[in-house]
Amino acid sequence: MGIIKNLNKSFDHRIRLGIMSVLMVNEYADFKTLKDLLDATDGNLASHIKALEKEEYIKVEKQFIARKPNTRYSATTLGTVAFKKHIEALENLINKQ
Amino acid sequence: MESNHYLQDIGEIKQLMNKSTRFISLSGLSGILAGIYALIGASVAFWLVDNFSHGTLILDGKIFKLIILDLILIAGLSIITAIYLSIQKAKKKGEKIWDSTSKRLLINFVVPLLTGGLYILIILGQQKYGQTAALMLIFYGLALINASKYSIGNIRTLGYVELCLGLICALLPGYGFWLWVIGFGVMHIIYGTWMYYKHDLK
Repeated sequence: MGIIKNLNKSFDHRIRLGIMSVLMVNEYADFKTLKDLLDATDGNLASHIKALEKEEYIKVEKQFIARKPNTRYSATTLGTVAFKKHIEALENLINKQ
Repeated sequence: MESNHYLQDIGEIKQLMNKSTRFISLSGLSGILAGIYALIGASVAFWLVDNFSHGTLILDGKIFKLIILDLILIAGLSIITAIYLSIQKAKKKGEKIWDSTSKRLLINFVVPLLTGGLYILIILGQQKYGQTAALMLIFYGLALINASKYSIGNIRTLGYVELCLGLICALLPGYGFWLWVIGFGVMHIIYGTWMYYKHDLK
C-alpha cells in the first residue's frame, strides 16, 4: 500500500481540501468568502484554518479595509507543493483501480 | 478506502476551483436579447440614414446624433438585461450576485471596453469615423477575451470571432455597417442560443 502514503493526512477532510482548492486558484480569499464557498460554520472553518496554518500550508494576513478588520488567507509554497502531491496521489489511486 | 471516495474528492476540488474563480450566473438569454436589440437598433439607424440623410452621414448633423443615441440605447439595454437576468438566475440557484467572481469579471470586461469607447469618441471628435465599426468590434472582442477567464460558456470564442470581424471591417470599411450587424446582432443570437442550451437548460 505504498501509494496510500502519498496521501496527505492534513487534507483528509472536506473543509481543508476545500480551503486549499480555493487558495490554489485565487491569490487570496478572506474568511467570509471561504465560509460561503464551503458552507461551513465559523467555528468549524476557523479550526480547519488553524490546522492548515500550523502546518504552514497557508498564510494568514490581518489588515484593515475601510477601518474594518479583515483577515485574508493565501497558500504558501509549501502548501501548494503538498496539495499538488496530494492530488497526484488521489489520481494515481483512481487510475490504479 | 474505495476509489469512489477519491473520485468524489477530485470532483469537489474541481467544483470549488471553478466556483471560486468564475461567475456562473450569466444567462444565454441576455446574449440573445442583446443580439435582438442590436438588430433593431441597426434597422433604425439604416432607416434614419436612408430616409433623412440621403444615404450619407454628416458628422455634425442631427441624424448622426440620433445614431449615437441609438447606439447608447442598444448598449444600455443590453447591459441592463444582462444584469437583470443574471440576478434572476443567481437567485434561482441560491448563489450570490455581487462577490469576488462577479467583481473580477466586471473589471476585466469593463476596462478594455471603456478604453475602446472613449477612444472611439475621441477620434470621432477628430472627424475620423471611417473605422468606428471596426474599433467597436475589436475592443469588444478584446474585452470578451479578457473577461473569459472569469466566466463560463467559452466567451473567449465569441471574443475571437468579434476580433476577426473587426479586422475584416478595418480592411473593408464600406461594409462596416453589415459587419457590425453580424458581430453585434447575429453572433450574439447564435452564441446566446448555444449558451442557453448548454448551460441554462441544465
